[in-house]
Amino acid sequence: MKRISRSGSFDGLFFAAPAILGLFLFVAVPFGIAIVLSFTNLRMGSPLETRFVGWEQYLRVLGDEAFRRALFNNAVFALVVVPVQTALALGLALLLNRQLRGRVIFRTLFFMPVVFPMALVAVVWKLLLAPGSEGLVNGLLESLTLGAWTPRDFLRDPWLALPSIMVMSIWQGVGFQMVIMLAGRQGVPEQLYEAASVEGAGPWRQFLHVTLPQMKNTIFFVVVVTTILAFRLFDQVDILTKGGPRLATTTVMYETVRTTFAEARVARAAAMTVIFFLIVVVLAFLQRKLLREEREVS
Amino acid sequence: MRTRSAFDWVSLAASHAVLLVCTAVFVLPIAFMVVASFKPDDLVLREAGSWRALFPTEMSFQNYFNVFDRVNFGRFFVNSVLITGSIVVGGLLVNSMAAYAFSRMRWRGRDFCFGLVLALLILPFEAIAVPLFYQMIEFGWRNSYRVQIVPFIANAFSIYLFYSFFLQIPKEMEEAAAMDGAGAWRTFFTLIIPLAKPAFATVAILTFLMHWGNYLWPLMVVDHETYRPLPVAIAEFQTLPPIQWGDIMAFGVMMILPVLAVFLIFQKGFVRGVASSGIKS
Repeated sequence: MKRISRSGSFDGLFFAAPAILGLFLFVAVPFGIAIVLSFTNLRMGSPLETRFVGWEQYLRVLGDEAFRRALFNNAVFALVVVPVQTALALGLALLLNRQLRGRVIFRTLFFMPVVFPMALVAVVWKLLLAPGSEGLVNGLLESLTLGAWTPRDFLRDPWLALPSIMVMSIWQGVGFQMVIMLAGRQGVPEQLYEAASVEGAGPWRQFLHVTLPQMKNTIFFVVVVTTILAFRLFDQVDILTKGGPRLATTTVMYETVRTTFAEARVARAAAMTVIFFLIVVVLAFLQRKLLREEREVS
Repeated sequence: MRTRSAFDWVSLAASHAVLLVCTAVFVLPIAFMVVASFKPDDLVLREAGSWRALFPTEMSFQNYFNVFDRVNFGRFFVNSVLITGSIVVGGLLVNSMAAYAFSRMRWRGRDFCFGLVLALLILPFEAIAVPLFYQMIEFGWRNSYRVQIVPFIANAFSIYLFYSFFLQIPKEMEEAAAMDGAGAWRTFFTLIIPLAKPAFATVAILTFLMHWGNYLWPLMVVDHETYRPLPVAIAEFQTLPPIQWGDIMAFGVMMILPVLAVFLIFQKGFVRGVASSGIKS
C-alpha cells in the first residue's frame, strides 16, 4: 500500500509539472515582476539609477489625464455594452429556443462573427463606417431615413467614435454569449413552464418568474465575462482610432501599451498593469458576492 | 381558444421578423466583405454607400492576385496555423495531464497547486502582457514562434474544464485498470483520453477561438514579417500604400474562409464547446 501511494506521489507531480511550471513562469512570475517594478522608477534608456519610489508611479498614473479618460471610457463601454449585449444574447437565445423553422441556420449565422478575429472585424467595419457616400452605414441610414440623415465621419467624431466601436464589438461578441444563454435556457426544467401556464401565467410572467430566476447564474456569468472583456478593449482601438479623437476612445490597455512602447516607461506601465488587475479582481469579487447573496435569498 | 392561436400566430410571425432583421445585421458586413473582394478597387469605394455594395456588379479575382503580389500572405497564414495549432495541441496534452493529477492522483502539494490554478483563473492575459513582454526580452525570445506559443500552453481555464470533466468519470473504471496492473501513464493515455473525447474537443475549440485572433501580443513581441500572424498582418496591410480596399477585403476573405469552413463542418462542436464554458460557473 505504501509503495503504491509513493509511486502515485511521484506520478502526480510529474503529470502536473509542465502546466504548473508554465503557469508559474509565464503568469505568476511576470505578475510578481509587475508589482515590484511598479514601485520603482525604471525607464528604458534612462540614465537615472533605478530606485524604489514608493507609490509615486500610482499617483502619477491616476493623476494622468489620458489614463483617467481611459478608465472613464472603459467604464462607459462596460455600462453600455454589458446590458445591451447581455439582453441581446438573452433575447436571441430565447427566440432560438422556440420551435421555429430554420433555428439551426439562424444560430449558425448569429454565431459566425465569433470566429472572426477582432482585427479583421475592425478592418471591415472601418470601410463600413467610412465617411460620406463611401460608407455603407451612412448610405443605409440615409435611405432608411429618406435622406434625413446627414453622413457622419463616425470614427473621427468625438461623440460617435466610442459608440461605433461598441456596435462592432457587440456584433462580433454577442453570438458567444447567445450560445451560453441558450445552454442555460435549455437547462431550465420544462415542468416549471407547464406549471406556470396551468396557473395562468402568460409569456411575460413566465419570463419574469421562471426564466429569469432559473437562468440567474448563467446571466451573472455572462455579465461578468462581458464586463472583464470591456476592460480588455484594445484591438479595435489600436486599428481604428489610436485612442482618438482627443482621447475619446482611449482605453486602459491602449494607454498601457502606449506607455510601454512610445514612452518606454517600464515602471509606469507596470503600475497600470497592476491597476488593471485590481479592477478585474474587484469585478470578480463583486460577482461572487452578488451570487452568494442571491443564493442566500433564494 | 381562437384568440390564443391568433396570438401564437402573431408572436411566431414577429419572432421570424426579428430573426430575419438580426440575420441581416449579422450577415451584411460579411456579405459586404466578400462582394467587395471581387470588385475592382475604384468600384468598391464608388458603390460602398449604396445597396449596390452588396451585389457583385463586376467580378474578378484580380484583388486576390494583388494580395499575393503585394505581401507574403501564405507565410502569414502558415504562421497563424502553426502558432495556434501548437498552442492547441500542446495545451491539450499539458493541461489535461495536470487536470488528471489534480482530480485523480494523490501527491504532496496538490491542493496548494490547485489553489494556485484557481487563483489564476480570473487573471486575463492583458494583466501580464507588459511584464511578460520585458521577461521575453530577457529570455531573448523576441521575433520567434516560441514567444507566441510557449507562454500560452499552460492555461488555468483549460485545466479547470478538464478537471470538472474528469471528476465525472466513474472511479471504478480506473480501479479496474489498476487491478490489471496499469500504471498512471497507461491509465491516462489508454483509458481516460478516449473517455474524455468531448472534453478534449471543447478545450481544443475554446483554445482555438481564444488564440486565433491574437493581436496585442504578436504586435508587442514580433516586428519581423517572418513570424507575423494574420491579425497583425491584416492590420498592417490596411495601411500599406496604395490603400486598395478591394485587396484588403480579399485578404480578409482568404484569412477567414478556411476558419469558416472548419466552423461550419464542426459547428455542433463549437456550439457545445462554447456552451459548456458557461455552465460550470
